[in-house]
Amino acid sequence: MPEQHVHQLVSHLFRHEAGRMAAVLTRLLGFNSLSAAEDLVQDTLLQAMSTWKIKGIPENPSAWLYTVAKRKAIDFIRQQKIHEQHHTEIGLALKSEWTLSPTVNRLFLDNEIEDSLLRMVFACCHPAIPYESQIALTLKTLCGLSIGEIANCFLTNDETITKRLYRAREKIREENLTLETPAPAKLPGRMDAVLHSLYLLFNEGYNSSHSDHVIRQDLCLEAMRLCLLLVQNKITNTPKVNALLSLMCFQASREESRISVDGSIILLKDQDRSRWHQPLIEKGKYFLEQAAEGEDFSEYHIEAAIAGCHLKAQTFQETDWEQIFQLYSALAQLKPSPVVELNKAIALGYARSATDGLTALQKISALQDHYLLHAAIGDFQFTLQNFEEARKCYMKAITLTHSNAEKKLLEQKVLTCG
Amino acid sequence: MEKYMFIFFGGDPSHLSPDAQQAHMQKWFDWVQKLTNEKRYVGGEALLPGGKTIKGSKKAVTDGPFTESKEVVGGYFVVLAKNLDEAVEMAKECPDYSLDGVVEVREVMKFDNME
Repeated sequence: MPEQHVHQLVSHLFRHEAGRMAAVLTRLLGFNSLSAAEDLVQDTLLQAMSTWKIKGIPENPSAWLYTVAKRKAIDFIRQQKIHEQHHTEIGLALKSEWTLSPTVNRLFLDNEIEDSLLRMVFACCHPAIPYESQIALTLKTLCGLSIGEIANCFLTNDETITKRLYRAREKIREENLTLETPAPAKLPGRMDAVLHSLYLLFNEGYNSSHSDHVIRQDLCLEAMRLCLLLVQNKITNTPKVNALLSLMCFQASREESRISVDGSIILLKDQDRSRWHQPLIEKGKYFLEQAAEGEDFSEYHIEAAIAGCHLKAQTFQETDWEQIFQLYSALAQLKPSPVVELNKAIALGYARSATDGLTALQKISALQDHYLLHAAIGDFQFTLQNFEEARKCYMKAITLTHSNAEKKLLEQKVLTCG
Repeated sequence: MEKYMFIFFGGDPSHLSPDAQQAHMQKWFDWVQKLTNEKRYVGGEALLPGGKTIKGSKKAVTDGPFTESKEVVGGYFVVLAKNLDEAVEMAKECPDYSLDGVVEVREVMKFDNME
């Protein structure tokens, strides 16, 4: 019997290797030739598929893919004149037969692949590219998602995503963006932009109203994977990155217990705390400790600390609301926003009294069109046994949310108001 | 048990995402695993696209033997089956029909039949 048939690939191997190869090939061919790089990646995967399906998985699948990608890249470079604007050191090395193959080979070494990925993260999250296009480009290039899959993640159609990607490519051309790691002086600003994008990408997954649990989890995992890449690199391993990764680990640890079998949201106080994922909580703690090294103190630090505070409580009643209120107060100073005020008011309500919480909530004028404000006011009215007021608030909230899971939850609350 | 050859034509996965390609490939691994477990799988080879065709008394060499991609042979398996009907049933489990793939089932000729 043939021994070569290993029967299962690492999950998402194709997707993640597509991202790696796209980063390396784009670095080789220039950011302007992103589409050509993606075509080479696609060809490589197709060749792998047609061979592996019959011959089985090779001993080292990634190395197999890289060998094929290298050959295809060299052929492509020989046939085509590399883009005129590709004047980098690499671009020059590709023009001579003497240096072509060694250069291609070098870029497929492990540390160089990581370096290419890092450059690609900075490029995809370049501040010149609009945010929605950044996310689409990141998912397409770095995470190997198809246009259809991205559209599905955001509950939109293929054309919308194609447009967002087009806008990204347009910006790359207009601004003549290159695949470089930012200069040290520019690094902190560019890092902030990257972290913000990864934060939003994670939240897209975590707070998405998407009915498919797997898709939400996928987005979170991709954001975490890219964040881990930053942590693992010396240049980008800053306290802020560690704080963000800690926050993601803490949030992800609760993911399983947040949604019930029928897809409705389970509130923090009703969650089965034994289902929180301990290994992720431990990882979150570890990265939060790492984040504490150095002077840097960011909104991610505070948000991670808040999430960690919730996870520390064995029961909802044991939650240290006073500390959470203090943390939200710090966050409100560092990064003022109505949503932070909302959370601060809720924490106050639990830490002191429902009346205090209610008073604070009623002062927030900016969120009148947001269901969360009305739902929160409803909750405190309910605690104060003003059931009629509570019911009105929940009804108002129902008209303001588009998420079916949220609607279901609010409808249940309406019923309890009698 | 007789030897049969499954010859695979076409089956274009280029419209699939990397994740979907991997999932499709997994179906092949599962199929081969099943054939192997049932001691039916003998071997197989995959063929790269491209190649040359040599033809005629002048041995004229041309690029590629093919006209359209769906007519390209992608590879073959050799399997064991009791008879052609059973081989056909086995070949129906090939995952590529959803991608417009075609499988040809042929019995491998045995030389001792000639005695």
